[in-house]
Amino acid sequence: MNTIGSRTIMKGSLEKVTGAAKYTDDIKVKNPLYIKLLRSPHAFAKIVSINLDRVIALEGVKCVVTGADFKNTFGVLPISKDEPALARDVVRYVGEPVVAVAAETIGLAKRALDLIDIKYIEKRAHLNPSHSLRKSEDRIHPELPNRENNLHKHVEQSFGDLENGFENSDTIVSSEFTFPSVTHAFTEPHCTVVEISGDKELKIYSATQVPHYVHRAVSEVLEVPMHKVRVIKPYLGGGFGGKSDPFPHEMVAAKVALLTGRNTKITFSREEVFFSHHGRHPSKIKMKLGVSKDDGLKSLEGNILIDGGAYGSFGVVTSYYNGVLLQGPYNLPNFSFNCDRVYTNKPMCGAMRGHGGVNPRFAMEVLLDEACTNLGVDPCEFRLGHFLKPYSLTPNEFRITSVSVNSGLKKAMAKSKWSEKYGKLPFGKGIGVGCGFFISGSNLPIHWNQMPQSSVRLTIDFDGGVTLYSGASDIGQGSDTMLAMMASEVLGLPMDMIKVVSADTRLCPIDLGSYSSRVTFMAGNAARNAAIRVRKILAKAAYEMLELKAPKEKDANVDIDFFKQGQNPPKYDSPYLGANPKIDDGLTFSDQKISEAQAGESVDYIDVVRRALDFGGALNVQGVYSSPKLGGTFKGAGAGLSPAYSMSVFISEVDVNPSTGAVKVEKVTCFHDCGVALNPLAVEGQLEGSIHMGLGQALMERIEHTEGAVQNASFLNYKIPSAFEMPEIELIYDGEAEVEGPFGAKEVGEGALAPFIPSIANAVYDAVGVRVRQLPMSADVILSALREKEGKK
Amino acid sequence: MVGKAAGNWRFKDKVLNDLVEVVTLNINSVSYSRAVSSLMTLSHFIREECDLTGTKIGCDRGECGCCSVLVDGKPILACLVLAKFVQDAEITTIEGISVDGQLTPIQESMVENGAIQCGFCTPSMVLNATHLLNTHKAPSKNQIKKCVSGTICRCTGYTKIEKAIEKVVEGRE
Repeated sequence: MNTIGSRTIMKGSLEKVTGAAKYTDDIKVKNPLYIKLLRSPHAFAKIVSINLDRVIALEGVKCVVTGADFKNTFGVLPISKDEPALARDVVRYVGEPVVAVAAETIGLAKRALDLIDIKYIEKRAHLNPSHSLRKSEDRIHPELPNRENNLHKHVEQSFGDLENGFENSDTIVSSEFTFPSVTHAFTEPHCTVVEISGDKELKIYSATQVPHYVHRAVSEVLEVPMHKVRVIKPYLGGGFGGKSDPFPHEMVAAKVALLTGRNTKITFSREEVFFSHHGRHPSKIKMKLGVSKDDGLKSLEGNILIDGGAYGSFGVVTSYYNGVLLQGPYNLPNFSFNCDRVYTNKPMCGAMRGHGGVNPRFAMEVLLDEACTNLGVDPCEFRLGHFLKPYSLTPNEFRITSVSVNSGLKKAMAKSKWSEKYGKLPFGKGIGVGCGFFISGSNLPIHWNQMPQSSVRLTIDFDGGVTLYSGASDIGQGSDTMLAMMASEVLGLPMDMIKVVSADTRLCPIDLGSYSSRVTFMAGNAARNAAIRVRKILAKAAYEMLELKAPKEKDANVDIDFFKQGQNPPKYDSPYLGANPKIDDGLTFSDQKISEAQAGESVDYIDVVRRALDFGGALNVQGVYSSPKLGGTFKGAGAGLSPAYSMSVFISEVDVNPSTGAVKVEKVTCFHDCGVALNPLAVEGQLEGSIHMGLGQALMERIEHTEGAVQNASFLNYKIPSAFEMPEIELIYDGEAEVEGPFGAKEVGEGALAPFIPSIANAVYDAVGVRVRQLPMSADVILSALREKEGKK
Repeated sequence: MVGKAAGNWRFKDKVLNDLVEVVTLNINSVSYSRAVSSLMTLSHFIREECDLTGTKIGCDRGECGCCSVLVDGKPILACLVLAKFVQDAEITTIEGISVDGQLTPIQESMVENGAIQCGFCTPSMVLNATHLLNTHKAPSKNQIKKCVSGTICRCTGYTKIEKAIEKVVEGRE
């Protein structure tokens, strides 16, 4: 079969293009109560009293809940469950939900909010992340022990001999970089619909990337057993990390349903989406890089401060990712970083496409470009030969498997005509390069356990149709399509014979969700394994029908001896059902026929299915993926571990108007090593989408706060690129097959965003000779840098 | 307290707080007469009164473009128009685009060219492109960009949507 590698139409496209697809807000449940949230007007204040008398008296208001109705707090990470469903005693950011009103109509719920009387005593808000490190008598989270300030998490790691590396460098460059807050800006606002049954079972439809974590959180916060909760993700209008936490409104909608026995619904306004945020952490990064002309990168030191906002979210992971994702794609023998995540009285930050790796990547690539300028070397030529070796270990013990970035950079140089352009374009025109490195799923689960990271169930009944059940969330990236392609390829069936039931915690076996670029690698491997298992059953039946002898079955667990080529192999003792078990049953499954080459005979797939069903009934198998045991034993060794890493190269060409400072990205050449591109249509879509989002962060996106309040909580004032800003795009994605990826694939959804941004900054330097050390590179920033440069002359 | 039927409540809410009018709209060649608030916007009329949920609301204030519908063949933002003001017009939503269940060329092209990821902007993109293709035999690249720039898409970077429109134009030649 040739499904893998073909431009495969996305499942669900037909429903989406005709308007039939039901998103959460489109789901009708019987007679719901509509919920509205009253949000805090203050960044930091004590709640003195909440008077609900007038609102309860209002006819049509059925239920009002406050923080007192929820005992447990929650958070996506078990180590920072610090968020209440509704504020208790204190509010920590402008927009924090304080009271929820459930009424018979949306209009009534809205009007009811005006009748709530809350008395606050305002406190001095912590808004500046640097100040949050100072000793404070009035901390944002006083419950955190052993603290005198608003530090949430401090992480540090050090490998090799930093000083020695700097001593052996030919040039040392260092600088400070600042990054504002940016947000996901998906088009579908958050929405949750709860349907409650007579026996108080909750069916929660929610616009979420992580039904599994919502399932856990609702059960914990509401103190109801998990089997009484079912979470379903309908069609989802974009996530990018912004829907990868459990949210207060999900807890509230479920709570109101339990209290009233009524169905409930809550939909955010666009403004509320901005208040909820969970976007990229604003950061200040001090970085120092030592480079040797012959040996490449010698030492890198990073001091990083990230502004977490009011609650934890994914922040602990973000803190680590700010450092550890710099361990690739180059050889970097000596490396040290520390990162402080602080609480401030602003909407919380969390995971956003390229999680934690984007801002430090900008700093590193800009410094590397500066070092190349100092050394008088071509930044592309210099990078060649200094990339990580395939099948090696980094100093912090990341297992590196396939690496295609060296040849990828050469291809990108050729396509972009780099050598003819770099340093040779007229003033105002420039070309620049940046490279990146990202995980294909986190090797460690958030909730520590020995379960597989993904399980996929596969059934075939008498009609021959295949149904896959997976907890993975298709959030528009096409994961349902990817899962079906796995089965299509293994079983030789057309795509329309394979149906996918996904993201329903009642029907589907566990999958941790769509984040950290894990789905293709992990759920994909699980689906492939499930298909291989069912193929074994079918192969046996086929041999019986053909009256041929089946070859002796080999062990399905594939050897992972590829690692032994590395220098310092860690112990492997995990007998997980092998990633990429080979298919060696001596048969060909293609076009709904199963054939044996030597005898030259074949049987119809459907007949084989019926034969296989004869004694046991419908075929039910499960495939799983468990990541291998990886990594060192030092503190934080698990952070950034992944079974495989993607790497990318961006070469950007810009036009800078010296009189206005406006930057236009004219062309971008991107090489992304996603291993085998399973579905080029989806791969291109992810890369183009990353370019769009990266362009926004590079040139225009920025959340503005005044006294902690978001000032530009609308698409009118938070500008994202339109079709007119998009550059001409050249994509190359022909990396070598990844040994452990499903059919050789690695991630493609996130890694490409980070290196694009510094490639623009480096092109700006080539164009007009100014180094940009802050984002966005808006016209005013470039213009003042140009004026400063003129002044110096 | 036992909850009253939703229909009653909705009506009561309207009577108490807004002027209620009977609004009759012709949507996808079907006539819908509903007693609604005189301030009800077209987008809410379409979604709530007619249950045509293909029209998406991303911001409800004229910024994202996702609620575009065709009014007498021209794309407008349904969140910025009161339902009662378009009673004489022919309104087409995404559900009324395909003829006899057959996809139109632009719908087919968007599916085939991977112009759809999360799909939330898709109905608006289809309607805007339909208008462009109906009014221009061979739209320029700039006209195509202008056509898609009225709707926010955060997934695709617009490239594949533009390509889908270009392919339809190519198919005409």
